[in-house]
Parts: sequence; C-alpha cells; structure tokens
Amino acid sequence: MDVSSPSPAPSNENQTDQPPLLTYVPIRGYGRKAAAIVLAAILLSFLVSIAGNDNFGWPVVGQYLFDDRIMSGLFLTSWLTVVTMVIGVVLGTILAIMAMSTNNVISFVANTYLWFFRGTPVLVQLIFWYNLAALFPDLSIGIPFTSLWVSIDTNVAITPVMAAILGLGLNEGAYMSEIIRSGLMSVDSGQRQAAKSLGMTNGKSLWRIVIPQAMPIIIPPTGNQTIGMLKTSSLVSVIALSDLLYSAQTIYSRNFQTIPLLIVACIWYLTATSILTAIQSRIERHYGRSLLQTDAPVRWRLFRSS
Amino acid sequence: MSDPMVVFDRVSKSYGALEVLKGINLEVAPGEVLSLIGPSGSGKSTLLRCVNHLERIDSGAVTVDGELIGYRQVGNLAYELPEKLIARQRARIAMVFQNFNLFGHMTVLENVIEAPTQVLGVPRRHAEEHAAAILERVGLGDKLTSYPRMLSGGQQQRVAIARALAMKPKLILFDEPTSALDPELVGEVLDVMRALAEEGMTMMVVTHEMAFARDVCHRVAFMDGGKIVECGPPGEVLANPSHERTRTFLSKVN
Repeated sequence: MDVSSPSPAPSNENQTDQPPLLTYVPIRGYGRKAAAIVLAAILLSFLVSIAGNDNFGWPVVGQYLFDDRIMSGLFLTSWLTVVTMVIGVVLGTILAIMAMSTNNVISFVANTYLWFFRGTPVLVQLIFWYNLAALFPDLSIGIPFTSLWVSIDTNVAITPVMAAILGLGLNEGAYMSEIIRSGLMSVDSGQRQAAKSLGMTNGKSLWRIVIPQAMPIIIPPTGNQTIGMLKTSSLVSVIALSDLLYSAQTIYSRNFQTIPLLIVACIWYLTATSILTAIQSRIERHYGRSLLQTDAPVRWRLFRSS
Repeated sequence: MSDPMVVFDRVSKSYGALEVLKGINLEVAPGEVLSLIGPSGSGKSTLLRCVNHLERIDSGAVTVDGELIGYRQVGNLAYELPEKLIARQRARIAMVFQNFNLFGHMTVLENVIEAPTQVLGVPRRHAEEHAAAILERVGLGDKLTSYPRMLSGGQQQRVAIARALAMKPKLILFDEPTSALDPELVGEVLDVMRALAEEGMTMMVVTHEMAFARDVCHRVAFMDGGKIVECGPPGEVLANPSHERTRTFLSKVN
C-alpha cells in the first residue's frame, strides 16, 4: 500500500510499552429496568382486569360502536370542530394583527374582544347566541341612510347549528389570537426590515416571511386547542344538537347501559385525537425543516405552490 | 459629470428630543463608493436607513436617481407615498444588514429569488438561473439548497449580498456588514464588496473597517453628533484629517 500518512506509524515495540486502551462499560441502570418491568406488570394486570370485567359490558360496546346515532354524532362533532377551528384561526389572525396595531383604537377593540370572550363561560355564550331572537327579533343588514336593507327573522337565521358555530368559533378566535400574536412576535424584527428593503409590502412580508416563521411557535398550542375543541364541542348538547357525547347519552337514557356507551364515545374521541395528533406532527415537520441540519430535499412542499 | 445618484438636502431627524441628524447635505455620484465612519450614536446608520425610507425624516429631502424618496411633492408640500409606491422605490435600493437578516425558513436559493419573483414578477425559472449565477459569483454555488442556519456568518452575509444583487439595484446600502462576523470571516465579505466596487456599483457603506474605507472607497464621510464633520477622499480624511474630532476618532480605532 502506498498510502502515505503524515506521521510515521508507531512501531510494534512502542505499542507494547504503552498501557492497554481502556474498555468502557456503560452504566447498567438496573433500577430503571426494574421499574419498567414493574410498570409493565401493573399495566398488564390493569388491562386484564378491565377486559375480564363483565360490568364494562364489552359486548354492548361492540354493539353500539358503529350505531347510526353514534356515527351521526361523531360526524357532527368532527365537522363542528373543523369549522370552528377554521373560524378561530382566521379570526384569531385578524385579532392578533389588530392587537399589535400602532393605532390605539384598533388595538383597544381587539383587546376588548379578547377580554369579553375569554372572560365569560363559553357555555353562556352558546346559550346567548341560541337565544339571540329574544334580544334582536330581526337581523338587518344594509347601507345606513338608504333604503338598501335586508331584514331576516332571527329565529330563522340562528339555527342551533348556527348558534353552535358562532358560539364556539367566536370564543375560539379570542384564544387563537393570543397564540398567533405570540408566534408573530417571536419573529425577529430584522426579517420584516429585510423584506421591506427588498420592496415587499407589509401584507406580502407578513404572508411570505413572518407567518411561515411564526408557525413552529403557533402549531403546538393550536393542536392543543383543536383537541380541546373536539371535547368542548360537546357543550352544544345544551342547545339540542346531537354531537357524539349527546348521542351516547340519548341511547343510555333509554337502555341504561351508561358505562358501555360512554366507553363508545371515548373510543371515538381517542380515535379523533390520534388522527389530529398525527396531522399536527406532520405539519410540524413541514415547518421545522429549516431547523434541521440538512439540505432541503428538492421541492419539499406540503402544499404545492403553482 | 452626471447627475448624482443620492442627494441629501438639509436632512434632519429626531427621536423625541434627541436630534440624530442635523441638516445633512451629501451627494453620492453613480458608481461611487462612499463609506460612512464615526463613533456609535453619530447617526451614520440612521442616515443610511433614510435612503430607503426605513426611517422617516423630519425635514429636508432625500432623492435617489432624481426621485424624492417616500414622498410626493406638490408645491411646497410633501405627501407621504402610499405603501405600495414606497415599496416600489425600495425595490431598486438594496440593503445589506449587520445581522444578515436572511429568511430563516427558506433555502439560500429561495432567499435570493424571493424578491425578484414576488416583487418584480420575474418568472421562477429565470429568477433561479439568475440567482444561481450570482451565488456562483459570491462563491456559494454549492450551497443553493442549504438553509441559512447551516452557514457561517461570512457565508450568510455573502448570501445577503447575492439577495441584494438579484434585484439589480441602482444602489446598495451596507449597514456595518462585517461587524457581526468572526475576524477570520471578515475578509471573504470584503472581497465580494471590493469586486462590486470595481464593477462600478454605487455603494454607501457604514463601516468600522478602516482598511476597506482607505483601499476601496472613493470618499469617506466622518460623522459625529448627527453631522458630517468632513468628507473627502480617504487619502485626506483618513491620512490627514483637518478636524480635531476626526483625529481623535481615528487614533482610537487604529
């Protein structure tokens, strides 16, 4: 071999003179292993006792898991969560930008909104929207001082579904606004200055530069809010909407199989939560890609921009 | 010879009671490289930021290529321009910042094509080819898909210069471009700036690099207390200053 090395290779005699190299032994961690075994044993016996306990009524759970009423309740809960979160995010973004405005009136309006909607129970807000007709029998929209007005009976416009969307969505907007504001403020002001100096307008720099970099801060708490909304939406039962939990309640009020039907509801809540968690980690990976110590793969995009 | 690229006409600016610019008069010719030196707080960065209206001025006027910056003049009144028109003016006045301010969520190539595609409406393919050529020129042809945080400070600042060049600017403003760099990385950035100067780019450079001011710049303006104390070829201002304050400053930095 003609590979030249910068320093001469140590000769054999030299090596024998040196003390032998140390062999490293990693820490054993017997305590941790013992704890893991004990925990696994406890978990297993717990599961066995649940599975073997007739009082849980597993056959009843199986019987109602795909019941039509449960399915339609699950459907309502799912789309209500999606719609109210979309409203929450859009409204929250607008409120966050308003709250950061240098105009005192604009930021005051945003902060008052937050104060009111975070400061009153969402249950009360739902009932309030449901009973809006008692306060405003007619809803009118139009141009002031002209005859261009459209009027509609409040009881027609505010259906239970509409009341649920308004109540949950407007409330969510207040919470999302704080989450989005913290994200926007986490982006260094130099980013906006650089965008400005390149001739970008405020809107463009917000959309292209600031918001994408705020996303890693915004996503985890937004995931929390979405999972929270999945369960908060069960409050709509007070305004006579049959969501997942209410559907289960309706069934067990007739057949008195309370526990099995609540288990059915929980299975579906857990399934939905698992799906949402998977979506969240997918989105997090997308926005966190610039934080990895690797080059970008060619055109790694969550949504293709044309 | 030709009309000046940048004109400061009796420009003043205050932050509350603190007057940071006191009646600045200054002209920069096309193709000229002017460095602004002076102690911190002397107003040199503020002066630079007035050129692209990142700072509002209180009185006087700044024009670039004959165009009043940030305002529309009607008789004796100057109305502030709507955001879109200011953005249009800024698009041809590039700026390089002390802290690079690269867009952290974008690769090197995306950083450089962002403004050409989004602001000038250059088709993506053209912008990418142009950007790759510029990045090659600043010695980063192999870093197109890297993210800024993986690069050294000197490499990041060279990307920032490439991002500025991609807008085909009339003028580049440098705000202490080497102050945030480790000493051994200053040279690579200054080399790129030197090459730009030799190609005839108009540059205004706020700097603490006296060697760069002496060797590359056509003129040096020394600022102190919101005023330009003296301005002239580096051979005069740096080697043989006529003002006591300049002499004191230079004795401290050298």
